[in-house]
Amino acid sequence: MTNNILVLFDIVLIVTLLLLAWQVLASEDIFSGVVLFISFGLLMALAWVRLRAPDVALAEAALGAGLTGPLFLSALRRMTRIHKGERRLDTDEERGDG
Amino acid sequence: MKIRTKNRQKWQPSLLPLLLLFVTGLTALLAQVIYVLPTGGSGLSGEVAQLQKQSGVSSPVTAVLMNFRGYDTLLEVMVLLLAVIGAWSLTKAPLSGKNDHPSPVLVTAVRLLAPLLCLVAMYLVWQGGHEAGGAFQGGALLGGAGVLMLVADLPLMQKIPARSFRLGLLLGPIVFLAVALFCLVMGGELLAYPQRWVASLLLLIETACAVSIGLALASLFAGGRPPDDLLDKENPAVPYGEKKP
Repeated sequence: MTNNILVLFDIVLIVTLLLLAWQVLASEDIFSGVVLFISFGLLMALAWVRLRAPDVALAEAALGAGLTGPLFLSALRRMTRIHKGERRLDTDEERGDG
Repeated sequence: MKIRTKNRQKWQPSLLPLLLLFVTGLTALLAQVIYVLPTGGSGLSGEVAQLQKQSGVSSPVTAVLMNFRGYDTLLEVMVLLLAVIGAWSLTKAPLSGKNDHPSPVLVTAVRLLAPLLCLVAMYLVWQGGHEAGGAFQGGALLGGAGVLMLVADLPLMQKIPARSFRLGLLLGPIVFLAVALFCLVMGGELLAYPQRWVASLLLLIETACAVSIGLALASLFAGGRPPDDLLDKENPAVPYGEKKP
């Protein structure tokens, strides 16, 4: 019984992962792509747990989802600033000459 | 404002058969490789289990990462350091503290969470000796705490003195290298830990590396060197496009 539930869980997990991966690549809005990537990382960590690799799962959850996502988001914020027409993305606000 | 990926190029139907052929070929190749793969073999886990007692830790993953393949891990830590050096040489981190009224909910949550994250990170490093965990996982949690503080606009990078910040970034690689050289002097081979101190040496390396990894990840998120870095003190910023006097 529990075995059947686990198999069902695995199938749902795999299908969700594949769909999420497709969506990450296909989404036109980069922000939603990043958010989908974070959720993909979290589900991937679950998949690693199911593969009995808790070490990789921890690293995936912490690095793949927890840190790469925020890194992408901060890069996106800088990109938004460039799109708005601010000349240089980094130091102008401190120099006061931008 | 939303940023979108560039408009896709017009689909060229003439490429379709080629693409299909390529994808089918690739799939067939993969299927064939899976079929050829030996079944039941579990790599080197037997050898690892045999040498487990000598490794100083009881977790096989940590034994491989820090002991049997310690050289790889040393290089990984170096790569992370190089990434930070690259980011720092590009640009300064934007000044935090610009936002006068960060949400009190966020600030309170971060004030509560950051110490907790540090504690869990230490626990993960300690746990690396016998279960899942280790320097990278602990370091990632420390980095996460740093990211939270940066997001909540707490002056993380201003509060740490420039020299200490650099020293913290270097701590892991330096300790790792020092231990490697120590092994060279004591035992004759790089990273062949002497049997007497192997457990404490591994814990020392992991703790130092976790600190460095945490700082490195947080400063990568900040996106540049701290506002009062030594580099900027010695060479004051010159406006873009002008030559230095």
